[in-house]
Amino acid sequence: MLGYILRRLLYAMPVLIGVNLITFLLFFSVNTPDDMARSQLGAKYVTQNAIEHWKQQHGYDKPLFFNQESVGTGKITETLFYTKSVSMFAFHFGRSDGGRNIGHDIVQRMWPSLALAAPVLLLGLLTNIILAIVIVFFRGSYLETGGLILCIILMSISSLFYIIFGQYFIGRVMQLTPISGFSGGWHGIKFLILPVVIGVIGGIGTGIRWYRTLFLEEINKDYVRTARAKGLSQMRVLFVHVLKNAMIPILTGVVVIIPSLFLGSLIMESFFGIPGLGSYTIDAIRTQDFAIVRSMVFLGAVLYIAGLILTDISYTFVDPRVRLK
Amino acid sequence: MIHFTFLTTDYLLFLVLTLLAICLCVSFRSQQFSVSWRQMLTKPLAMSSLVVLCFYITIGLLDSIHFRVPTAQGHHSIKVYSFFDKVIGESTTEKTYSAPLATHAYNKVSRLTPDGRIVRFYSALKHIPGHVLASHGHYVLDVVFTFLKASMWALFLWLALLLIWVKLSPHVTVKKFIRGDLPLAWRSFWITLGIMLLMIFMAHGMSGNYHVLGTNKIGHDVFYECLKGIRTALLIGSLTTLFMLPFAVLLGTMAGYFGGIVDDVIQYIYTTLSSIPGVLLIAAAILSIQVYIDNHPETFSSLASRADARLITLCLILGVTSWTNLCRVLRAETLKLRELDFIQASKALGAGHGRIIWSHIVPNLVHIILITAVLDFSHLILAEAVLTYVGVGVDPTTFSWGNMIDSARLEFAREPIVWWPLLGAFSFMFIFVLSVNLFADALRDAFDPRTRFGG
Repeated sequence: MLGYILRRLLYAMPVLIGVNLITFLLFFSVNTPDDMARSQLGAKYVTQNAIEHWKQQHGYDKPLFFNQESVGTGKITETLFYTKSVSMFAFHFGRSDGGRNIGHDIVQRMWPSLALAAPVLLLGLLTNIILAIVIVFFRGSYLETGGLILCIILMSISSLFYIIFGQYFIGRVMQLTPISGFSGGWHGIKFLILPVVIGVIGGIGTGIRWYRTLFLEEINKDYVRTARAKGLSQMRVLFVHVLKNAMIPILTGVVVIIPSLFLGSLIMESFFGIPGLGSYTIDAIRTQDFAIVRSMVFLGAVLYIAGLILTDISYTFVDPRVRLK
Repeated sequence: MIHFTFLTTDYLLFLVLTLLAICLCVSFRSQQFSVSWRQMLTKPLAMSSLVVLCFYITIGLLDSIHFRVPTAQGHHSIKVYSFFDKVIGESTTEKTYSAPLATHAYNKVSRLTPDGRIVRFYSALKHIPGHVLASHGHYVLDVVFTFLKASMWALFLWLALLLIWVKLSPHVTVKKFIRGDLPLAWRSFWITLGIMLLMIFMAHGMSGNYHVLGTNKIGHDVFYECLKGIRTALLIGSLTTLFMLPFAVLLGTMAGYFGGIVDDVIQYIYTTLSSIPGVLLIAAAILSIQVYIDNHPETFSSLASRADARLITLCLILGVTSWTNLCRVLRAETLKLRELDFIQASKALGAGHGRIIWSHIVPNLVHIILITAVLDFSHLILAEAVLTYVGVGVDPTTFSWGNMIDSARLEFAREPIVWWPLLGAFSFMFIFVLSVNLFADALRDAFDPRTRFGG
């Protein structure tokens, strides 16, 4: 088991290096640091001096891959690739183009993100699975057809619609919850209710349909027929036997996104004023702060790979047939 | 003399539709697929969504024939018009907000009267003809009359078309049609067509005297912007599919079929790409291209071509982020197919790798490709709005529902609220996405072997 995890971690390295190279090429080759400085300082009427000054201030005044002027290892380390990209492997994100410490910001902002994303995931999972089982229970009836069409309708509504109209009707017209805001501790719950509810409703359409296909695949298997032949009720077969066996594909879908919960949701956070990593990223995109976007890309990739590894490990817990070597 | 100036996206859209038409023709000829198509079109919902989709596609196509008109000085205008603009005619631009079908502006304006007092009043809209403004009675009468006239015309045209169709098709009688006793779901086809015709005639009739969906902050007609958004949505969906499909199909089947080092390399590529959060990759690419466009103004001659370049980049990068999923599924399916007897048999008969993949494996993957492509299409239309909100979607000058929502979302918080731009954009998007999703659902039922044979 430990050997397997170690090997997976080693496999992850080339992927991370690939991610790093892609982002580096996107950010530094398509537009040079000069272009970056120009757009940060305001596109026109910028003197070459101001550009040089900006580059020096933000550490962009080095060559891309190879530094001729340095000595020794400095030839490699005194380059943009080393200082801006390789250092991320040690989680040194450096300073943003606006001058803030990115690593510090990330640690501070990931908790609000988690406070929103984790309840959305858990509650969503619960409602989706229960509703999907109910629909499977009534298969072949008008309830199933109606439910599925309702799911398609819910799927076809933009998530922005849920947010904007949810804020308007629940927050403003009915005044049940605050429209937006955030505070730590237990007082913060009143701010989270609305975004969590909207997040769950927004995912219901796709979720139910996905879990329904999983359950339908299980329901045609032999063990279900055996259980029914033994005289177990349809309810019991569905909620105990089928649910347990369908857990394996459900887990694959869920575990892989658990680490990414820290990244938060881009639009939810910015609409509801939650100071998490999602709104951090949006702000960075809007102010064209490349350093933050680059760090978030790398962080996202790391968390995704962590999710993949966790998925494989979780297999061994739910499915005794799986052995990792 | 008008001067046709096709944008790059126009060419690409026509290319996509030509390819689509060819694929449809080929699939109607083949025994296997024509049965599936026929089965699909017996479903009322599938037929209705197909009619709606055809309307959307037609508007998108008309909007993709661009040209410049000559000006008084003998040059061609800088502004690029589309055929669609000319068909519906240009709408008057008001000063600012006005509600749907309103005769007066939404907010009061102040004016200094000759005797030095300031009066605040609702100014009349420029678009509204004088006789309607005369009194409230005239207004109501005009609305009702326009409504009735449009309905009559729509009903007349619909009945005429229906009767011609019944006369011309050999096995159709009026009795059978009313009972729904026909091989395909023709009844829902005609009902949907009737509703669409009614909507078109009403919109056309009302647009003559009113702003059907009101005007936005800068006084532009919201209904017109909604219609223009169709082309952008269509482009984002279809171009992304065009860029994505070849990669996904080629790499997916190759990885599954050859295995070994080819499989490793392809798996590495798609793991790397899918481990980058999609929105961030799109953001990175769009930010980079925007800086490039801003710093190289000489490459992009007009505003339209700049917006066009950004749109194509967006589609390209959306293609890059979305091919990995399909590729993974196709690889897994090819792995299964590879071991089957008929592949082994054709290998034993000496068929080359290319031939086996193209004529034995790919036909067995078509249903997956088709269903995924149509489902992705609807996701992409929804994604456009979110990306535009984040600031990495289409260019702010492009007509798109995302742009409309982004600029109207703050108006929703003002008092009194301005709800029509949001309602317009969301309903146009909803109807489009809903019909694509219903279509995809019917497609899955008809083409997926698991559901086709009683699953």
